Amino acid sequence: MSKVKFLEVMAVVFLFIPISPVFAELTADQIVEKANQAAYYAGKDGRASVQMTISDARGGTRQRAFTLLRMNTQDGNQKFYVYFVEPADVRKMAYLVWKNVGGEDDRWLWLPALNLKKRIAPGDKRTSFVGSDFYYEDVSGRSQHEDRHELIEETDQSYLLKHVPKKPGSVEFAWFQTWIDKQTFLPMRAEYYDDSGQRYREVEALEVEMVQGHPTVMVAEARDLRSGSTTRNEFKKVEYDIGLQEQVFTERFLRRPPREVTR
Amino acid sequence: MMLFRISFLVLFGVLLAIPSAALELKAIQADLHGFLDARYGRRLQNDPYQDAKSLGETRLQLELSRMGDRSTLLLKTDVYYDDVVDQNKVDLEEGTGWLDLREANLLFSPHVMADVKLGRQILTWGTGDLLFINDLFPKDWQAFFSGRDVDYLKAPSDAIMISIFPEWANIDLVYTPRFDADRFISGERISYWDPVSQSLAGANAVTRTDRPDDWFGDDEWSVRISRNMAGYELALYGYDGFWKSPAGYDIAAGRATFPKLRVFGASLRGNLAKGIASLESGYYDSRDDRDGKDPMVPNSEWRALAGYEQEVVRNVTAGVQYYLEAMQDYDRYRAGLLTTATARDEVRQVLTLRLTWQLLNQNLTLSAFSYWSPTDHDGYLRPLVEYKITDAWQISAGANLFWGKEDYTFFGQFENNSNLYAGLRHSF
Repeated sequence: MSKVKFLEVMAVVFLFIPISPVFAELTADQIVEKANQAAYYAGKDGRASVQMTISDARGGTRQRAFTLLRMNTQDGNQKFYVYFVEPADVRKMAYLVWKNVGGEDDRWLWLPALNLKKRIAPGDKRTSFVGSDFYYEDVSGRSQHEDRHELIEETDQSYLLKHVPKKPGSVEFAWFQTWIDKQTFLPMRAEYYDDSGQRYREVEALEVEMVQGHPTVMVAEARDLRSGSTTRNEFKKVEYDIGLQEQVFTERFLRRPPREVTR
Repeated sequence: MMLFRISFLVLFGVLLAIPSAALELKAIQADLHGFLDARYGRRLQNDPYQDAKSLGETRLQLELSRMGDRSTLLLKTDVYYDDVVDQNKVDLEEGTGWLDLREANLLFSPHVMADVKLGRQILTWGTGDLLFINDLFPKDWQAFFSGRDVDYLKAPSDAIMISIFPEWANIDLVYTPRFDADRFISGERISYWDPVSQSLAGANAVTRTDRPDDWFGDDEWSVRISRNMAGYELALYGYDGFWKSPAGYDIAAGRATFPKLRVFGASLRGNLAKGIASLESGYYDSRDDRDGKDPMVPNSEWRALAGYEQEVVRNVTAGVQYYLEAMQDYDRYRAGLLTTATARDEVRQVLTLRLTWQLLNQNLTLSAFSYWSPTDHDGYLRPLVEYKITDAWQISAGANLFWGKEDYTFFGQFENNSNLYAGLRHSF
């Protein structure tokens, strides 16, 4: 508290010194908070069409195509609607998540062949999302309160942070580090290390574009260094503030997919 | 018949030769998808009343859908060749012959707060996992026990579903103008315990039924009022219709019957600890035998289940359920039975366990679902292996294993039908 206040005071002081345009130093926690906002909370709501290519070490590829809707609700909570287009055997399935910050998420899978809204056990968030190298948590975001953050390096372009889990048994990594862009606050690269200090997983933002004033990752890649598998996500038709209504994230619109996902 | 078989093989070949691709029918703003599925299964023991082959079919499913702004039109139909039961005559109610019309419906919103789905549709609700209390929509037990994809457990309803969405709840009302029975075990494909002859029976004694079939007279009503409260899903249910499988018997006519049934129930489901918990209960009001005296009509029952599912290890999920059926007026039921007849227990209890293990980037799924009744001393195990070779091709192999101390209990009667099966599917 007092440290933050001190920094604010210093910031004000420095702002009045014209030759030294130095802003307040951000703490590691503040950087992570800003990165979280930039990566997962841009706009009131948003949509994107995602083309996912999973390539295994032997060169085989699998495709996933889905449309993603997101809406910010109260207290940092969010709702997600994922509508699958490809492959054919999961076509028209939908995945609904009510993300509860600080608690277990509510998750459902819509199975159109059975006309059934199936509830899914909350489960481990660090497992593969639809069989890709991205984890569920990469899609919906990891709570910043689950790790201790440390700023280990700062360049003109980015901050390098190290994150150590508060509950080491609950996750597969010993620690991870991220490079966060100083301009956009988007995490540009993350590296995950195991107990022996071996790097085994990477997630990287390859292309960033400005969409309606929000810096947006348009191409991202996740790599499993142990299996040699790579997943590339390309985001298309990204839009923010499309005026989604909260009722879109209910059973009614699982049965009858909204035009925001079918278009 | 032979010609038919050859033509089907040719069809399969043609479809394999052409790299099947989904079609976008731009002119009518619709798209065409589906799959081609071939399956084969064999009994693991001799059944005096059935073939050794329990399953042998090739199925082409075509799904045509048109999503408009105001309405959605869906047509989903299976064309198939079945090598186990010879039936050329198409029966759309039973899905037999060579055509099984799965869905043909129109979904539209006559009002901002209401949706209507009209036509042939698949309906499901309730919280049970392969156990049903308040879901009285038709099931296809023949498909389930013989190794078709589990989706085929749900048989279609010809109905209108009206859903209303006021602030405080979702209200779903389903009207089926003519009773849609289960595709029940009749002996034709799967042998069963025949309570009339008090012996196992199969193709030698296919159940003859007297099915309520008057349009608008023998109708069914189903209602659900559901509400989500902070992630907890609460629902109330009602049903007015008939026992879905032939549960009664008309001695004079020598036919099995579908006595009148009303069901009232409720369910609750939500996150608990690291998993999801569910509770469901229903009262089965057997309207033709409210006193429980008539041995030819089932007694009223309470049914209830409690379930819990959780990821136990990374990529491994386990689910357990406890289920019971408690007969009302049990003494009268016993008094009404013929002295030679086998009797049910007053309270039938079933425990289920589901284990699912996903491997190889979720391309390989190993799963098992088991039913075990400590009161009936019988059980049913469904192991299944599924592997996605590519995005389009999937192979699977599984088994339906029944066991029981007695021949007349729910799962025990199917012991001679235990089978192994394998399938290949191409989705497009």
